[in-house]
Amino acid sequence: MARISLRSNTNDGSELTQIRSFLTKLDVQKYVVYLGFLAIFLFFAATLHDDGFLSTRNLSNIVLQTAPATIMAIGLVFALSAGEIDISFGSIVAVSALVAAMVMRGQPALFGILAGLGAGIAIGALNGVFVAFLGLPSFLVTLATLGLFAGVARSLTNLQSVPVLNDFFTEFFGSGSVAGIPSLVIWTLAAVIAGHLVFRETRFGAHVIATGDNPNAAQVSGIRVPRIRFLVLTISGACAGLAGLLYAGRLQAAKYTLGESDLMTVIAAVIVGGTALTGGRGSIVGACVGSLLMGMLNNGLILMGLSVSGQMIARGLIILFAVAVSLREFNR
Amino acid sequence: MNERLNDTIAPVLSLRGIRKAFDGIVAVEEFSLDLDRGEIVALVGDNGAGKSTIVKIISGVHTPNGGTLHLDGKTVDFADASSARRKGIEVVYQDLALANQQTVYMNLFLGREITHRPFGLLDRRRMMTETRKLLEDLDIRIPSTRSTIRNLSGGQRQGVAIARATRWAQKLVLLDEPTAALGVAETSKVENIVKSLKDRDLAVLIVSHNLDQVFRLSDRICVLRRGKQVGIRPTGETEKNEIVSMITGLA
Ligand SMILES: Nc1ncnc2c1ncn2[C@@H]1O[C@H](COP(=O)(O)OP(=O)(O)OP(=O)(O)O)[C@@H](O)[C@H]1O
Ligand SMILES: [Mg+2]
Repeated sequence: MARISLRSNTNDGSELTQIRSFLTKLDVQKYVVYLGFLAIFLFFAATLHDDGFLSTRNLSNIVLQTAPATIMAIGLVFALSAGEIDISFGSIVAVSALVAAMVMRGQPALFGILAGLGAGIAIGALNGVFVAFLGLPSFLVTLATLGLFAGVARSLTNLQSVPVLNDFFTEFFGSGSVAGIPSLVIWTLAAVIAGHLVFRETRFGAHVIATGDNPNAAQVSGIRVPRIRFLVLTISGACAGLAGLLYAGRLQAAKYTLGESDLMTVIAAVIVGGTALTGGRGSIVGACVGSLLMGMLNNGLILMGLSVSGQMIARGLIILFAVAVSLREFNR
Repeated sequence: MNERLNDTIAPVLSLRGIRKAFDGIVAVEEFSLDLDRGEIVALVGDNGAGKSTIVKIISGVHTPNGGTLHLDGKTVDFADASSARRKGIEVVYQDLALANQQTVYMNLFLGREITHRPFGLLDRRRMMTETRKLLEDLDIRIPSTRSTIRNLSGGQRQGVAIARATRWAQKLVLLDEPTAALGVAETSKVENIVKSLKDRDLAVLIVSHNLDQVFRLSDRICVLRRGKQVGIRPTGETEKNEIVSMITGLA
């Protein structure tokens, strides 16, 4: 590597050097997800033009359908960046949605919202206690709680789905809109912006990345590593809780199957979006675009007329390819 | 040596009768040393003599089994690494302790990031400016303050680690074999930085196996053999042969 003296580089802040350093940093790894998104979009736009892929209705459907997955992905970015993993979020989604729906059978929406979010936060915190304070690996802890709370979700209502009849709730989290923007889009945007700010622009976010990058360095630098590990898993639980509310609002019902099939999609979205599985690097905006990419893929494969099994195989192959490309770039 | 504690200017750090055993195996015994501001003391000894153990006792990573530490004349008791840091003691560890996927400036401020007032958002601009100024002062050359650590050479990384210690140390910098992995040019660069710490009126304790380096840099040499301090010599009043025989115990 060329060793440029800092002395000759004192105009580091000037536009010219900014442009130059922007160009040198323009390696593919950061932009894989955006390029992939564009490529897949153009492909479907060309091949599925006559099947209505480009219709406003179809495109907005894609965005609405990916909203819960995007919120889950935000939580996962925090966990992975800190060097942990959460695979229990699917079960947390179901429990939160069911708890909210059950509370709202007799109580106002506010109580349902608080109970649903509270359930997500509580399960996330439970994961956090085992990982941060008892020192257990997060993969095993969240694998156990994934199964545990899948069971809880099934037993809560004996596999029955619970309708959500509260109009305020279903508009607030589902069909409503503000100034023509659907509430699901507003929730997604708000979560992405808030997540991005916390992750990129606060000391907490910096400590999360440092913990995932080199826990020893973080520790001797005065960062309370166990606290960070506890908090990222709690945040992941909270995001899954919010995703559960969005599902319940959009579908006007809660069922134990909610979130069940999101595990692969969400992990793929996050990895493709530029978050390192090994910690120390993450991107909220990338995860959001990754999630839209996965949604678009789903939608396109359906429009192509593939059978359900065909869709699963095609999706698996494409995810394998996408993840391989992004990880190759990271581990260079 | 005890009378030095009562001097008008107490040493920055005094170790008195320090003892440390791991599972009954004694690593350091009866170790005493004073460190003054503006002075570089070299700690030498064979592998396993206990040098790193002493560094870790001073930095709070290990708690001694016996003896006392005095900082500016006051008895201290470092519960962990961050409490020693709060008291103005910085360490450049043998294994660096940098976050490799982060930028240079974020590593300089690791755990002590600067934020803007109202919302507590990171003040990256100020951290970069301060980093750039510090690296210039120390003549550490890296492509940019925004370079990622893992893209830097070993010498550049060591430079960043030392710059960080310099930035935050108010009293004492501990360096554990800072040039062990470096080439000739990088080594002399690091040696210059270490010398400049002296001008900042910091006390410096450097562990090194390179006796030429020790003679180039230090004001005093403290020799450790099998956990015991076997003597301290002013660098100007001794020579390599004497230090070698003190290290090995052979006359
Ligand atoms: N954490 C530990 N647990 C058990 N024994 C230890 C530990 N740290 C050091 N020791 C022992 O204490 C003794 C001194 O080790 P230390 O690392 O201080 O040596 P050193 O002088 O730094 O050697 P080197 O020049 O090889 O770095 C050695 O016998 C070592 O095995
Ligand atoms: Mg050592």
